[in-house]
Amino acid sequence: MKPSPLCILVLGGFLFLLSIQAQAADSKPPSALSPVEQALTHITSEDEAVRDAALRTITEQGDSSLIPRLEEIRANVDRSIRQAIKPVMDLLKNRAKLESSEADARRSAATDLGTSGKAVAIPWLDQAAAKEPNKWVRYTMEESAALLKLAGDDQVARLGAIEKLGGLASQNAVPALQEFVTVGTAAEATEAQQSLAKSAKASIERIETWAAWSNAIETMFRGISLSSILLIMSVGLAIIFGLMGVINMAHGELMMVGAYATFITQELFRAFVSPAFFDYYFAVAMPMAFLVAAGCGLVLEATVIRFLYGRPLETMLATWGISLVLMQAARVYFGDLTAVAAPAWLSGGVQVMVGVYLPNNRLFIIALSVVCVLAIYAILFRSTIGLRVRAVMQNRNMSACLGIPTRKVDAYTFAFGSGLAGIAGWALTLIGNVDPGLGQNYIVDSFMVVVTGGVGKLAGTIVASLGIGGLNKLLEPSMGAVYGKVCILVLVILFLQWRPSGLFAIKGRQADT
Amino acid sequence: MSERGSIIYLDGVIVDYDGFKALNNLNFIVDYNELRVVIGPNGAGKTTLLDVICGKTKPVAGRVVFGKDVELIGKREDDIVKLGIGRKFQAPSIYANLTVSENLDLSLKRDSKNVFPTLLGKSTQDERARIGETLERIGLSDYAQTRAGSLSHGQKQWLEIGMVILQDPSLLLVDEPVAGMTDKETEQTGRLLQSLAEKHAIVVIEHDMEFVRQIARTVTVLHEGTVICEGTVDKVQADDRVREIYLGRQKVAHG
Amino acid sequence: MPENNHAHIRTEPALGLFFWLIGFVLLILMPLLNVLPAEDSWLHLSDFSLNRFGKFLAFAILALGLDLIWGYTGVLSLGQGVFFGLGAYCMGMHLMLTIGKESVYGSDLPDFMVWNQVKALPLFWKPFYSFPVAILGAILVPTAFALVFGFLAFRSRIKGVYFAIITQALALVAWLVFNRNETNLGGTNGLTDFKQVLGFRLAEPGTQRALYVLTVLCLGCAYLLCQWITNSRAGRVLIAVRDSEQRVVFSGYTPANYKLFVFVVAAALAGLAGMLYVPQVGIITPAQIGVLPSLEMVIWVAVGGRGTLAGAVLGAVSVNWARSVLTNYFPELWPFILGGLFVVVVLLFPDGLIGMMRKAKEQIRLVKATRVSQAELLR
Repeated sequence: MKPSPLCILVLGGFLFLLSIQAQAADSKPPSALSPVEQALTHITSEDEAVRDAALRTITEQGDSSLIPRLEEIRANVDRSIRQAIKPVMDLLKNRAKLESSEADARRSAATDLGTSGKAVAIPWLDQAAAKEPNKWVRYTMEESAALLKLAGDDQVARLGAIEKLGGLASQNAVPALQEFVTVGTAAEATEAQQSLAKSAKASIERIETWAAWSNAIETMFRGISLSSILLIMSVGLAIIFGLMGVINMAHGELMMVGAYATFITQELFRAFVSPAFFDYYFAVAMPMAFLVAAGCGLVLEATVIRFLYGRPLETMLATWGISLVLMQAARVYFGDLTAVAAPAWLSGGVQVMVGVYLPNNRLFIIALSVVCVLAIYAILFRSTIGLRVRAVMQNRNMSACLGIPTRKVDAYTFAFGSGLAGIAGWALTLIGNVDPGLGQNYIVDSFMVVVTGGVGKLAGTIVASLGIGGLNKLLEPSMGAVYGKVCILVLVILFLQWRPSGLFAIKGRQADT
Repeated sequence: MSERGSIIYLDGVIVDYDGFKALNNLNFIVDYNELRVVIGPNGAGKTTLLDVICGKTKPVAGRVVFGKDVELIGKREDDIVKLGIGRKFQAPSIYANLTVSENLDLSLKRDSKNVFPTLLGKSTQDERARIGETLERIGLSDYAQTRAGSLSHGQKQWLEIGMVILQDPSLLLVDEPVAGMTDKETEQTGRLLQSLAEKHAIVVIEHDMEFVRQIARTVTVLHEGTVICEGTVDKVQADDRVREIYLGRQKVAHG
Repeated sequence: MPENNHAHIRTEPALGLFFWLIGFVLLILMPLLNVLPAEDSWLHLSDFSLNRFGKFLAFAILALGLDLIWGYTGVLSLGQGVFFGLGAYCMGMHLMLTIGKESVYGSDLPDFMVWNQVKALPLFWKPFYSFPVAILGAILVPTAFALVFGFLAFRSRIKGVYFAIITQALALVAWLVFNRNETNLGGTNGLTDFKQVLGFRLAEPGTQRALYVLTVLCLGCAYLLCQWITNSRAGRVLIAVRDSEQRVVFSGYTPANYKLFVFVVAAALAGLAGMLYVPQVGIITPAQIGVLPSLEMVIWVAVGGRGTLAGAVLGAVSVNWARSVLTNYFPELWPFILGGLFVVVVLLFPDGLIGMMRKAKEQIRLVKATRVSQAELLR
């Protein structure tokens, strides 16, 4: 019997349908699979060589989109393969991060790639560096690329990398460069190794010279920042001492009061103000700290100090008593440790040059101290109030005769000096914890500044605080903080041999005290 | 100048306080056993002159010669005192919490005023006699056991003079001895100083012209750190420049 | 210093009735009350109390010295704790070394050295095996230190407030240095756990009693020494220096030498106090030698009555006794009380307890005199 045309049609259609299905089942024709895709399937192969080749392909040609799939694969294989896949994933992640819009992300990506030891990353880093706008991110990228090149085989590339690292003054490169030197100076070194060693040695020298400089600058910076705090503390003390002959041992506690006022402001903001405005608490806290401390100062002056004029030693003792009371009160009320969160805009810092990182909060404190000094100078020397203060400071009786209300001048000068201590406390919350013993850390140093700087001239206090603060930080790395302090005490005593009244004491006939 | 030379000789002394010249090229000579009075308006440099001699203030230029050839500049204050210079200060400078006789006892001239001799030393009969004598001289015999701080202002001044006398200095520097005294007390002080002048050289700073007249033979007038006139009281009072600086100031006061 | 109507007080006549009375009570009565009455009798003075009193009397010795420099000479030293500490540590080192094999680790080295893995005894410890060295050191080391420090300070005429601040800095620095483990003086934990001195067990009540009596005798000697100094002409010079240093110079004295002299004497007394303190209290740590303890010492003298020797002793005993009692019952309150004491004494009672007693005596005398003259008038 002959097949009917209908039957052929149905059969044909059926076969056609089958072939389409078969085509669908075959996702791609074997010859059209991309190398990456192929590699993905080969990762799980039994043969190690195949696996390695596959991983290499993925690394070179893949991108971050592969990561989720790699994750999947990882979940289902045994340990050794998992361990092999991880670095590849990291490389791909970092490669993508190199393109991120955040500078910090790019930088950390570059750092990670540099330490990965995978030469494959070198072209990525070079490319990224070429188009990187941010100086420090570019630095990291170049450094990482050079570090990776060091480990390669190409002599020319290695020499180039060594020089580059020297030029970048890279501290991270020193261990690797040291290696080259050790190898190259050994007896059996080849000529290539020797030339590497020579180049490495030169680079190490460059790096270390730079490090010495940057260390010095950083130390200087830290010295200045410590001096700024001392300065704000000491200026208040010096003005009060110069005006009234009063050494206020509770000055440190007034600083503590300012710090706690900041803390309370922070808590109030946290409780009552929306989070969007939280960071403003810091700005609000400043006048608060000043006012609260100044208020305490006023009370102190009216109740205790004013009865002790002309008796500086007794004043020291009485104010020390007050200091004990304040400290214990803080301890009882607040407990031993409180933390103040620095506002976001003050975190982080500025990288000025290689190896010199200046934290923002310390920069702020330095700026603050400069502003304070200028403000004090303006008030003392350019305003009527300041004139009165200076008049009373130099000749109390005469000023009284001229109608200056010396009592009031004393009161508000004392309040002002105390307010300054409050501001110092406010600034201190940026770099330390707030605890009842806060004042004690700085008070003895502040006294030393007042003693060394002499009384009557602002310049003396400034120079003395720079000197003592700077010396503190300078001696710290070599002697440790404690022996540094010992050294400073000895120096101050010796200095006072030469100038018993301090650096810039007022010259001329003074009424016998 | 007597042939024995001077007891104190200031030669071209300049004292500079941050630009203000308290003593401006000052030349000043006093003979042995001379009673010299120094006058001048406020700020003329009178107390500074005494400060320079005592070593309290250091001049930037000039010489200060004590006796034959002892250069005083650069010496410590206590060393200068030990050389034989005594000073009575403007505000009575006595030991308020000790008795009058203790005040005198401490001032007594002794061989050594170091710690251990003073610790171990006892008062001798001789010393007690001298103290008694001085008490008579200054009129405070009845107050020997009184706490010095309780004395009247005039009595304190005399006590201080008594203390300076007992040191037996060759040069006495007396700064405004009769400030705050009654007329009677002033006269008594004048007589006391004159009796002292027989054996010591004395330089007195004063404002009270009556008193100056009473005691002075030679007067030195200081103005703005230099000597503008020197001579007897009459000569000085008749001098034109002196009149100008005193009368001229009076004009300003009234104007 | 401006004429201060308060600070005129001078010593009582030497060896008056009071001196012998107090001496009898301290030296004879109290130890007898410890030994003779039965333990549960109300007359019995417990070992603990006697021992505590010994500590107070050691402090009194220090207070005498401080009174000499501050009360009489007007020089405020805020660093007496340093000299006290030097004396105490000298004796403490000797006592540490006599523990020997009885220590926790059983080695010849002090426990804290074993703990810190120090292998051999540091050189400066070695002389303290000997008891005479410990005694001499306790007095001479602070003396030498005071000599150097005082010489530098007084010669350059560092005065008043400046001097006080420098001594305070000294106290701070000493505290910092003694706290370091590297200094090999026990660090923050100090020296403790003593067992015996000169063969006598420290835990025995008999030994403690003997130490108490020794302290009383030393206090008596110190008192007599200070009496002698203040009653001599030099003593008057000291008062003169306090009241009018300028005049002292112009009387022919060198104030710096006198200040140095009393400063050194005060340091020696402080060292002696430290030496007597350590075996009775059983421990010495840097906490006793820093800024705060040195300030407390000044308050003892202020409370008792500066410028009088009896005041120094009275102040030291009373303030420490108060502290002992109050920290027992109200530990959190003590800093308030102490701080308040500073303020109140300085403002309201500058002459201290002795001053108040004198004023009371004066009042009574005046009242009596008024009554007498009134009686006369009415006749």
